[in-house]
Parts: sequence; structure tokens; C-alpha cells
Amino acid sequence: MAYSEKVIDHYENPRNVGGFDKDDKNIATGMVGAPACGDVMKLQLKVGENGVIEDAKFKTYGCGSAIASSSLVTEWVKGKTLDEATTIKNTDIAEELALPPVKIHCSILAEDAIKAAVADYKTKNA
Amino acid sequence: MNYFQLFNLPVSLNLDKAQLSRAYQTLQQLTHPDKFASGSDQEKRIALQKNAQVNDAYSTLKHPLSRAQHILALRGIVIDGEQHTMQDTAFLMQQMELREALEDAKQNEDALIKFSDELTLEIKQKIAHLEALFNQPESPVQNESIAHEIRKLTFIYKFQSQVEHHLGLLEE
Repeated sequence: MAYSEKVIDHYENPRNVGGFDKDDKNIATGMVGAPACGDVMKLQLKVGENGVIEDAKFKTYGCGSAIASSSLVTEWVKGKTLDEATTIKNTDIAEELALPPVKIHCSILAEDAIKAAVADYKTKNA
Repeated sequence: MNYFQLFNLPVSLNLDKAQLSRAYQTLQQLTHPDKFASGSDQEKRIALQKNAQVNDAYSTLKHPLSRAQHILALRGIVIDGEQHTMQDTAFLMQQMELREALEDAKQNEDALIKFSDELTLEIKQKIAHLEALFNQPESPVQNESIAHEIRKLTFIYKFQSQVEHHLGLLEE
């Protein structure tokens, strides 16, 4: 199966790989996995005083599409508020990366990682 | 389609591999398209379908993961190929740490062998646990916990294949 140019670009030059201290209350951590393929994704957001995402990092063990989806999402969420970030849909990710139907679950993983991170932040700062 | 029934085997995660293999070979021969070379088009088509079914059944029952998925599917819960994500944070964190540890250890044959041995043991324990769960009285709650165990197993098998991949690279 051929990957799109955008997937290859993110796969070869992943943006924002790494992590933050998950115990810091300004850090939102989303851990998700895809049982269909065994891929694991960690997305972390650094949230500023005003609820705006200042920085984002990810670590993904999975296929090229999963890595590209999470890399893309770290770029998209920066500068957004948490609520705005949760409006990112897997279909947007899939469209941007031209993912084939068998790789849609990778974009769902990235969408759910944002949601899980936001939920983590809300629990921590409740 | 109950693949166990097709091979005349009891529905169980603990399955006699030799028995499965014998049942497969028998059915494979019986339905082989070559046997129907002089048959009618309809006979050929049916044989071809049956033969494909026998092959699907065998590949499903051969591996414990797909076998467990099939038993759960017979209970009406299909998790094979599901698009849902899993959010068991503690489990996933552990899986992430294992993958990080593998990155550091992938040039170290002793460390890889240790990983491999531990995984073999862990998988064996998980399968035994699943088997026990399957043997308990069926209920929706019970089936959901079985589904969760099978999902976790997917990640463990994936990790095992990565460990084996790196071991293979070192042996080359």
C-alpha cells in the first residue's frame, strides 16, 4: 500500500516527538491504543494560564499513518483552546493525510488522543 | 458460521492442535477444487466457496488470538477489526514503557531473549486466564471483560512480534 506524500513527510520528519512531565498540572496527557493493530499513542499538551495550548508533544508506536496522524495533530492543536482542540475530527486528519479506508483507525486514534488529553486535564484541574 | 463445528471440534480456546490440523487436512482434500475439475460449474463454484471457508476457518482457529475473537463472535460480540480506541491508561502506559525499553535493547541479544521469554510466559498466563473466563457462566459483564482481555492481548502479541523481529535482525 502506498503512503501519501504528506504521510511520508510526517513519518520521516515527525514534528514534536517527545514528552512532558505527566504529573505537572499544566500538562494534559492522552494515552490511547488501537486494539485493531496494537498501536499505542501518547499525546501531551502544555496548557497556558488562559487555557490555550502552548505546546504539544507525542510519542507513537505504530505504523506510518499512526505516526503521521499524531504528528499532524501536535501541529494543529498549538494555539487552540482545549475546547477548540476537541473539535478536530478524525475525518479532517484522514482527509489532510489522504489516508486509505484501512488506515482510518489511525486518525480515530489521534482524535481520541486529543479527547483523552483534555479529559485528563479537566480531571487534574477540577 | 461456527468454525469449530465445521471441523467437528468442541468450542474451546484450549484446542488440540494436532486434531485441528487433521480435521483441516481432511476437509481441505474433500473440498479441493481439483476434485471437481470435471464437475458442473455449480459444483465447482460450491467447492471453491467451501474450500475458501475451510481455509478461513483454519487460519482463524490456528492462532489463539483470532480463536478467542471467534469464540466471542459466536457469543454475538465482534471485536475483530473494531475501530474503537482503548483508553486503559495504566495498561497502555506499561505497553509504551515496554516499547521504549525495546528501543534501548534492540541491539542486545541477551536483553531481547529475556523479553521474548517473559512474553512467552505472559501470553501463556493470559491465555489460561481467558480460558478460565470463557468457562465461567456467560453474561454481558463477563463477555465485556473477556473482550477487554482479548484487546490487551492484541498489544502484547504486537510487542512480541516486534521483539522477534529485532531478534531476527540480529541473527542475520
